[in-house]
Amino acid sequence: MSRTPFGARRRLLYGLAGLAGLLALVEAVPRLGLVDERYLPPATTILATLARELATAGLWIALGETLIGWALGLAIAFFLAVAIGVVIGIVPGLRAATTSTIEFLRPIPSVALVPLATLLYGPSLSSTLLLVVYASFWQVLIQVLYGVAAVDSVAYDTARSYGLGSWSRVRHLIWPTALPYVMTGLRLAAAVAFILAVTAELVIGSPGLGAEIQVAQSSGAVPAVYALIVLAGLVGIGVNVAVRFLERRVLSWHPSVRSEATT
Amino acid sequence: MRALRRAVTWFGLPVLLVLVWWLVSGGSFYLPDPLKVVRAFWDTWVSARAFEDVLPSLGRLLLGYVAATLLGVGLGVLVGLSPRLRATLEPVLEFFRAIPPPVLVPLLMLLAGIDTPMKVLVIVSGCVWPILLNTVEGVRALDEVLADTCRMYGVRGGSRLRRFVLRGASPQIMAGLRQALSIGIILMVISEMFASSSGLGFTIVLFQRQFQIAEMWSGILLLGLIGLALSFLFRLLERRVLSWYYGSGAARA
Repeated sequence: MSRTPFGARRRLLYGLAGLAGLLALVEAVPRLGLVDERYLPPATTILATLARELATAGLWIALGETLIGWALGLAIAFFLAVAIGVVIGIVPGLRAATTSTIEFLRPIPSVALVPLATLLYGPSLSSTLLLVVYASFWQVLIQVLYGVAAVDSVAYDTARSYGLGSWSRVRHLIWPTALPYVMTGLRLAAAVAFILAVTAELVIGSPGLGAEIQVAQSSGAVPAVYALIVLAGLVGIGVNVAVRFLERRVLSWHPSVRSEATT
Repeated sequence: MRALRRAVTWFGLPVLLVLVWWLVSGGSFYLPDPLKVVRAFWDTWVSARAFEDVLPSLGRLLLGYVAATLLGVGLGVLVGLSPRLRATLEPVLEFFRAIPPPVLVPLLMLLAGIDTPMKVLVIVSGCVWPILLNTVEGVRALDEVLADTCRMYGVRGGSRLRRFVLRGASPQIMAGLRQALSIGIILMVISEMFASSSGLGFTIVLFQRQFQIAEMWSGILLLGLIGLALSFLFRLLERRVLSWYYGSGAARA
């Protein structure tokens, strides 16, 4: 399929070389004095700080809090969006009646809700949830609407003429058709939800990784700031990988995944 | 008659929602009624503040977004055209993309202070990754037959770049630009909420701290309208840039 002239193993080697190059660069630049160490600590210092932080319970608690906010918010948004999306998609006329409202509410940046969350909940998990749910809800909803609209009308009429009730139609026809779209929505929403979870902690001060970064920054612990940012990146990668894995599992019956697996 | 029906489907639900808002707003201190918010909107934003806070914010967003586009597309074409460079840099780039952009705000405050350069830098450093990675992906997936045709006809240099590489990758590039736009708006607001004495984000947080509830809601409304306007403008741009693509039917496949 791909026209890269080399195989997976060489790609891996090149990729590792790239990462090593980044580490070497971050190590060399402050050591050679090109950038002051106070602003950019060498890579070994950053990684050592990260290792030391990882040995403390506080960091794991913060990490857990971030992940709880992320997972809970994502789950709430997901179920709400799927339920509402399927209803809007099925009930005739509802799609047309809601289009203008959805198109208006969707582009509202969720950080606009920061002051409201602060006012209502203060620095707490609820604030995080408000932002995370709002941001990820639309990502899933739009995909659910696409998915329900993609149901083959002949298949739909067939199901009706065979006397499938509305629940069976949702269960056996609409849900499987919409599932690939729903999973795309979930993947997009998972990334956005993580960004918003960290943002809420950073700006509002809800407990979690973001709040730790904020504390480290205001106390001038520069290597800790870098270490926590690296950790946030690693968690972000973990989130992406986990959702992709879930997508493959859930859609293993789907032709798009099956054809990918055989090539 | 048809126009009336369309008007009802288009405006029916929004009007209903505003009415519900009106009905429930009496009971809560945190939710002033819509009229108050509209009046606060008029008094707050249709004034000198539009020039002092709103326009500079939007200017920084535009500056950062354009810089990120140039950087992202430029580097993306370079990386995308060389398989070796791509294999080397891909893990590094994926890592940078996975970092939630708002965490860069405290870091860049450290490096660049709290003035305009920091804010623009935050927007650039958040927006550049989706653009860069989508450009790489778009350039990688260019049609091979077209590439060979270009070689056959001796299309090379700037003309090849403009007519083949950028054109062919433009659907992907636009997808990256759309992602970057919503990240850019988030970062514009956050960078001002964090440490600032002016700007849209700062003003809204200030209202919240002083319990000027109606003004705070008007700020949320303004951010919503800005988001709406920018996504509308982006759609116009996308239609224009990708008109060849929509016309070809490839978009549907």
